[in-house]
Amino acid sequence: MKKQSVIVKGWASFVLCAILMSGCVTEKETAPTAGAGNGSPPVEAAGDSIKVGILHSLSGTMAISEVSVKDAEMLAIEEINAAGGVLGKQIEPVIEDGASDWPTFAEKAGKLLQQDKVAAVFGGWTSASRKAMLPVFEQNHGLLFYPVQYEGLESSPNIFYTGATTNQQIVPSVSWLLENRGKKMFLLGSDYVFPRTANKIIKAQLTAEGGELAGEEYTPLGHTDFSTIIAKIKEAKPDIVYNTLNGDSNVAFFKQLKDAGITSKDMTTLSVSVAEEEIRGIGADILEGHLAAWNYYQSTDTPENKAFVDKYKAKYGADRVTADPIEAGYTAVYLWKAAVEKAGTTDVNKVKEAAKGIEFAAPEGKVTIDGDNQHIHKTVRIGEVQADGQFKELWNSGEPVKPDPYLKTYDWAKGLSGE
Amino acid sequence: MDMTILQVFNGLSVSSILLLIALGLAVTFGLMNVINMAHGELIMIGAYSTYVTQGLFSAYMPKSWFDTYFIAALLVSFVVAAAVGWLLEMVLIRHLYGRPLDSLLATWGVGMMLQQIARFIFGAPNVAVTSPSWLNGGLAITSSIILPYKRLFIVLLVAVVLTAMYLYIYRTVQGRRMRAVMQNRSMAGCLGISTRRVDGLTFAIGSGIAGIAGCALTLLGPIGPSIGTYYIVDAFMVVVLGGVGKLVGTVVGALGIGVFNTLFETYTSASIGKVLVFACIVAFLQWKPRGLVALRTRSLD
Repeated sequence: MKKQSVIVKGWASFVLCAILMSGCVTEKETAPTAGAGNGSPPVEAAGDSIKVGILHSLSGTMAISEVSVKDAEMLAIEEINAAGGVLGKQIEPVIEDGASDWPTFAEKAGKLLQQDKVAAVFGGWTSASRKAMLPVFEQNHGLLFYPVQYEGLESSPNIFYTGATTNQQIVPSVSWLLENRGKKMFLLGSDYVFPRTANKIIKAQLTAEGGELAGEEYTPLGHTDFSTIIAKIKEAKPDIVYNTLNGDSNVAFFKQLKDAGITSKDMTTLSVSVAEEEIRGIGADILEGHLAAWNYYQSTDTPENKAFVDKYKAKYGADRVTADPIEAGYTAVYLWKAAVEKAGTTDVNKVKEAAKGIEFAAPEGKVTIDGDNQHIHKTVRIGEVQADGQFKELWNSGEPVKPDPYLKTYDWAKGLSGE
Repeated sequence: MDMTILQVFNGLSVSSILLLIALGLAVTFGLMNVINMAHGELIMIGAYSTYVTQGLFSAYMPKSWFDTYFIAALLVSFVVAAAVGWLLEMVLIRHLYGRPLDSLLATWGVGMMLQQIARFIFGAPNVAVTSPSWLNGGLAITSSIILPYKRLFIVLLVAVVLTAMYLYIYRTVQGRRMRAVMQNRSMAGCLGISTRRVDGLTFAIGSGIAGIAGCALTLLGPIGPSIGTYYIVDAFMVVVLGGVGKLVGTVVGALGIGVFNTLFETYTSASIGKVLVFACIVAFLQWKPRGLVALRTRSLD
């Protein structure tokens, strides 16, 4: 019986594909899971709810990272609903799958705004997906909460950036590496907008702060053969590999790096897209001793974080881990709630106005929405992977850092933004 | 100097992976002339078979046995993929011999169905397979030249599969029947060979080899429902460049693409390297449309 339904569904999706020629994979994932596992009593009628969109890659190469961000956002929505909702209304999430495909992100964003008329969308991971969604949100005057660290040099009136911008992650980590680990740096990244822009910034910083560029390599997203690149790294003998690879490529890269006989003792690698969730997929034994720069670790010691980790594990299983973008996704929902309640409405203009200066005691510590650029003030942290897959914090900035997406406060960054 | 030696080995290693994914196709496409777009999904089935075998071993076997799972997985991958291939041949492909365009469309649809089924069973996110501990690390020749055991193992595996295929096709009765059917179907039938059975068996063998390729790929990176689509283009490139219908062409094609890919990547970057390889292939096929090793048979005329 079960098998039959599999076949029937398989055929259905095949026919769909034949008609649409694309996007076949995504349709299936969009079954409305709203209210599933929702702790609140179903007293609220549909008219008394506020719809929000959740738009992440639930399939494809980015699913390894994005599924758990979706889970965290759902957890926050569930908590808020259980506590009475927003403006006395329940939040009704509409989940869509971006399928690791940037055009799909734009298409689904349009669908959420035009058809579902959502008050806000929480979603995206790769910069390519954000860049694809940006014009859709600006044209439809929607509101996007983007939860991942990114390359900066951007500020849209329709996007709230709850992950780090470059001066809250990349720039301080490069300075730290140059002071503590050596001068010769090899840049390795996936071939799209985030790594290329990040590396442009790093190169300018290396010149200004006395570092040396040992090499620069890009691979297509989803690339799995790193033999030649590892040979090039061996040849260049850098002190540090600054890793901006995204998604599954990290699994292949670190596996093959270890097999080629390079460990964290021989060379420092610092990643900006490898967090607890990815360590779980790659294997802690392979990553032990390697570094990553973030604003939050599961091991971050705050009372809010302890409660957050407990709730997350209670809902999704004891073997699950939290990570920076997961925390940023969770925080984003609460920041949106605070802004809506201060504004007293979900009207985009009023919510944006009310959001300025809003503070929230997030798991990572206090965060504040910046009034100038809709990014948030965050603490910077550098951590080392331990044998249990958790991070040991080696350094932090001590206080939340003001976001500076265009790096205007750095002399060496002049001309990078093209302004 | 070290770099050169390492890159020669890397070229060989990339070639061996290409050869492994193309060998199965060399049988189904090369010999049988079936454009099997579901070949990538047979690779995927092999990869997931390995994933399941690994799961079973860690759940039901004593811990000390875990490292042996990979040997069992190779076998399981071959058998499962071969069974699926055999079923596919019986239900669908059998009715489409001599109609390459129809078989292309039908198998493409089957491929997507198989992907969707994999998503139902294993979920959409990619999964990683833990490699057995005896394949971790590498053979240190000098302090800077370390040949990873996994890649050595894949080279060895390709050699074994290739030898087994050669022996089967050229040294056994079934192999001779297979060649007879592929070269002249009606004459072979007249001489009392059950062409239907030979067709089914041949397709199953090609599919089984795809399964082995899938098993080997789990050593290098993560696996997911769409892993096949990532490799199918490369596999077709190898077979077409090598020359359809000749095993030796497939070997030469894989070697050529693997070595040139590594060479170009060394002097440019991963993305540009791939573009250059494809540009060379297109140029080469303009000059020699039948590929590196051309075969003259009636079945291809």
